[in-house]
Amino acid sequence: MAALPPMARAAAPRGFKDRLAVRAVQLGFLAAILLLWYLMTANGAINPLLLPPFTGVVRQFLRVVAAGDFIADLRTTVYELLMALAIALVCGGTVGYLTSRTRFRIRVFDPLLSGLYSVPGIVIYPLYVLFFGLGPPSKIAIGATIAFFPVALSTMTAFGTVDPVLVRAAKSMGASDWQLFRYVLLPAAFPLIVTGVRMGIIIAFLAIIGSETIASLSGLGHQIVTFAESMNMTVMFAYIVFVILIALLLNGFVSSLEARAQRR
Amino acid sequence: MKRRPVLARTAIVLLLLLIWEITARLFGDPMFICPPSALFQGWSDIFGDPKVVRAFEITFGEVAAAFGLSVLIGLSVGLWVGLHRFSHRSVFPIVLLLYSIPQVTILPLFILYFGIGPASKIAFGVSHGMFPMIVTVVAGVQNVDPVLLKAARSMGANRRQILRWVVFPNLVPSFFTGLRLGMTAVLLGVLLAELYVSIAGVGYYTVQYTQSFRPAKLFALVSVLAAMAILLNEIVRRAENHFSRWRS
Repeated sequence: MAALPPMARAAAPRGFKDRLAVRAVQLGFLAAILLLWYLMTANGAINPLLLPPFTGVVRQFLRVVAAGDFIADLRTTVYELLMALAIALVCGGTVGYLTSRTRFRIRVFDPLLSGLYSVPGIVIYPLYVLFFGLGPPSKIAIGATIAFFPVALSTMTAFGTVDPVLVRAAKSMGASDWQLFRYVLLPAAFPLIVTGVRMGIIIAFLAIIGSETIASLSGLGHQIVTFAESMNMTVMFAYIVFVILIALLLNGFVSSLEARAQRR
Repeated sequence: MKRRPVLARTAIVLLLLLIWEITARLFGDPMFICPPSALFQGWSDIFGDPKVVRAFEITFGEVAAAFGLSVLIGLSVGLWVGLHRFSHRSVFPIVLLLYSIPQVTILPLFILYFGIGPASKIAFGVSHGMFPMIVTVVAGVQNVDPVLLKAARSMGANRRQILRWVVFPNLVPSFFTGLRLGMTAVLLGVLLAELYVSIAGVGYYTVQYTQSFRPAKLFALVSVLAAMAILLNEIVRRAENHFSRWRS
């Protein structure tokens, strides 16, 4: 007999016991997966070329972290990410602000930007490789291009939806253009801009790892590919875990930034 | 004269194309960059080559297969999770956990497991597309207005009737939203896998044209891919708007 859907209110975890139960299930799932992994590979039941032994991966992971092999690639990836974000923030912020100034401009640019946003940006990457080569500049270019759109769109929306009452009040008190921007527009728009920036950071990171995987000479994505191609499964898995951890850290860091910005 | 946004948009696009044309002709090395006018030659080149047309067909087929599978998985898992409290409590957090890991890191694994043929592209596409579908189906089933549920119950509806007449109609708009998000995700997955390694699909020719320094053909190829993505997205978006009409 099919059950009725639990009402959304009841299904969302509330209270300490509920949240504990949800966490317990997640951790239990993780533990079950790890246990399964260990059991499957312990006796060589699975070809180690397909799934490397769990203990081996743990050992390699610790070795990689301890020896600092990853530092050079991590530095490359982080450098590419920061440069891409800098470009995306400056260009996206400027374009977003300029296009938000009049209703007409928003109606012109919104469909343009949204339409381009719907294309998977990674298709442009081969063009950047052709133009910039296989090194970091092509990764910075693709990261900046892909991150540009959420930043520009959210900035445009943010500045475009500032309460006109606030603007009129400031102007009636004799605010100059700069004062208007600094004390009214910017604080009002800030939370929404931060949301867009957060989106941009995440997808820039994914785009950069992706482009390093596809065609690169250095970087974390490239390292994973190198180990895959040499069938060095144990170290590859260790690096995959490493990158996933970095992604989770980045996610958490960015979410906390956004929460801090919203609270203002 | 009333200013129309469409005219302004066209003017901006034309202006950008003009700047590109002039810069490419004056400063661009023809090995690395081509002006927009060269695109016409590029398009006729790639569509004249039957192998490239075949590559587009293969890629499109991969997208279609991945999308179909994503919908099937999304519907079945989504309904199962959404309709049963136990599975929602236990399985849904797992789905969300998996959704949050960056799948691009395990792309080489997909190739190792599924090979370099279409199977890995389809698998990677499904892996991307099924998550938004599951999440939106679960939301559609769960977020029924409690007033509607109570009204149905007070009119004496049994469980089957409530499912058929209250829950499932509520699911339809969310389902189409899921289709739209899923299509975007499937496109991303398939294209990523194609660009990584491809022997017959579109990715094969991207590598070819990059390595042989043929910017016109590469631009033409990329533009057709982009147009394909925009078209598919537009189709699904219109379907979503059409089927969500009763909502608003």
